[in-house]
Amino acid sequence: MHVNRRKFLKIAGASTIVGILGGWSAVEVLVPGELDSEHRQSPEALTAKRWAMVVDMKRMDAATARDCIEACHRVHNVPDIDDPRSEVKWIWLEPFDRAFPLQNHEHTADPLTEQPFLVFCNHCDNPPCVRVCPTKATWKRDDGIVMMDQHRCIGCRYCMAACPYGSRSYNWKDPRPFIKSRNTEYPTRSGGVVEKCNFCAERLAQGLMPACVEASKGALVFGDLADPASKVREILRSRYTIRRKLSLGTEPSVFYMV
Amino acid sequence: MVLSAIGTLAYLVQRFSGAESTGLSRDVSWGLFIANYTFFVGVAASAVMVVLPYYVHDYKEFGRIAVFGEFLAVAAIAIAGLFIFVDVGQPLRSFNLLLHPTPGSPLFWNTIILPVYMVLNVLIAWAALGAEDKSIPPPWWIKPLIYISIPWAISIHTVTAFVYAGLPGRAFWNTAILAPRFLVSAFASGPALLIVMCIMIKRLTRFDPGKKALGQLGVIVAYSMILNLFFMVLEFFSSFYSSIPSHTHSLKYLFFGLEGHRMLVPWIWTSVSLAVVGTVLLVVPGVRRNDTMLAAACILVFISLWIDKGFCLVVAGFIPSPFGTITEYSPSMFEVVITIGVWAMGFLILSILYKIAISIKEEVMD
Repeated sequence: MHVNRRKFLKIAGASTIVGILGGWSAVEVLVPGELDSEHRQSPEALTAKRWAMVVDMKRMDAATARDCIEACHRVHNVPDIDDPRSEVKWIWLEPFDRAFPLQNHEHTADPLTEQPFLVFCNHCDNPPCVRVCPTKATWKRDDGIVMMDQHRCIGCRYCMAACPYGSRSYNWKDPRPFIKSRNTEYPTRSGGVVEKCNFCAERLAQGLMPACVEASKGALVFGDLADPASKVREILRSRYTIRRKLSLGTEPSVFYMV
Repeated sequence: MVLSAIGTLAYLVQRFSGAESTGLSRDVSWGLFIANYTFFVGVAASAVMVVLPYYVHDYKEFGRIAVFGEFLAVAAIAIAGLFIFVDVGQPLRSFNLLLHPTPGSPLFWNTIILPVYMVLNVLIAWAALGAEDKSIPPPWWIKPLIYISIPWAISIHTVTAFVYAGLPGRAFWNTAILAPRFLVSAFASGPALLIVMCIMIKRLTRFDPGKKALGQLGVIVAYSMILNLFFMVLEFFSSFYSSIPSHTHSLKYLFFGLEGHRMLVPWIWTSVSLAVVGTVLLVVPGVRRNDTMLAAACILVFISLWIDKGFCLVVAGFIPSPFGTITEYSPSMFEVVITIGVWAMGFLILSILYKIAISIKEEVMD
């Protein structure tokens, strides 16, 4: 009995060590090194110190909002899943009292309650999702865009618990069969990863405005918050704007002109 | 063994059919698995309730059960780790946690400190057993490891609480006493399980963990339960007396139902009732002296805390959603079977470790 136990444990211990060594050699192979690609920015790329968006609710009617959603979801291969439990969405409509809970009261002015609000990732200056991600699969760029690397994401969904705006969607199943028309210019995702609006970082790099802005007929204004001469700053100076859940200190860069 | 095989099979089926076979949703994105992970980190941390009195205060009675407490921690960490593994969408990318270390994320800290805690407990229990086997004093290097393991145990459950407590917009979890609440409930659930295990060992083997030790553990469970209930009352006071809406919503949903949604209400009241009955029983000295009664009270406490922390606490934090809407959650068949499978795997590990410990203890007795 004594010898058996010893032997068993020795074998168990040895095989564990071999396993760990095997795992480690895989890590050695995979660490970044000479194989890393080089990145050069295209000369026509749109750049900013701090990207921001203004939603002009006077011009954002229901039809325009639908066009914006359609444009975004088509460009980014966002699957069209009917079930609200497992749906994936980057930009969508919510009534005022849901987009701005606690800013609503029972006598809120009609224009606010009648018109649904376009909601999407706020690209916060102080993003809780970035803070909690255990693999840096989501991070904030120098220009303020909160990015998402779906190849690094392990699907722990901590960012979804952290985001106070419900901006993030998880691929509960393989999304590919649910993509209506595939845009070959933009990657599709696998199941088991989180995704969200990326302020069209890939389009900005080609010198194009975000897809929703292009489709909005002027109801969405996108620009540099750090540039006092930008259209965004001009609006913020002259008009009353609100942001979602300000008390949480996340500092959203999406403003609503009401 | 059979259960863990079924669990593994269910996991594989779920893996290939996609996570849609869970009851989770865009709104409630964590459920049974993450809640169980949280609960079992607590069970693991509770080994300190045996280690601290025995090694620091030289409470000799716990000498006979210290190893069982430490091995319970080892199995509990294995269970917690497995629950994370079955929960994530891309388990094969788990190495990303180490390849891209993120000191700002509590989840990253957990992936580091949980395995270390496991190793500490294996080493400590191992050295003690080896010394006992050879009837020599334990090696000198074990002392510092024991002293390290004590704050380490507190830290693993504190960091687990930080996973929840640091999130803006989830007022239910965003409370400074979440870590203490986690710790006291852990110091009740872990020792309760240990008592049940020890009574089983006493019935099934020739080794007797000692009546006095179990009675004393019962006292620890009783005090921890009283603190746990007290902390719950504190949460109620802060939330409802201040009446800040976001701070009351989840509590209302959990305990009374919100806008007609009351899926968790029967569960939480079951938990509260079991907690009260179990605690009252454990406070009575006569109950703590009677093995059967003691085990029964501990089982009540364990089930109560599992419902509370191993399920309700995580789910209710997601309800209502950031939009104020309510999506309810109940685990799918797959989640239930996989959960049972993970438990079975953990108990398999535990029984192997206990078998080793008991055979040495029986040998020493002969």
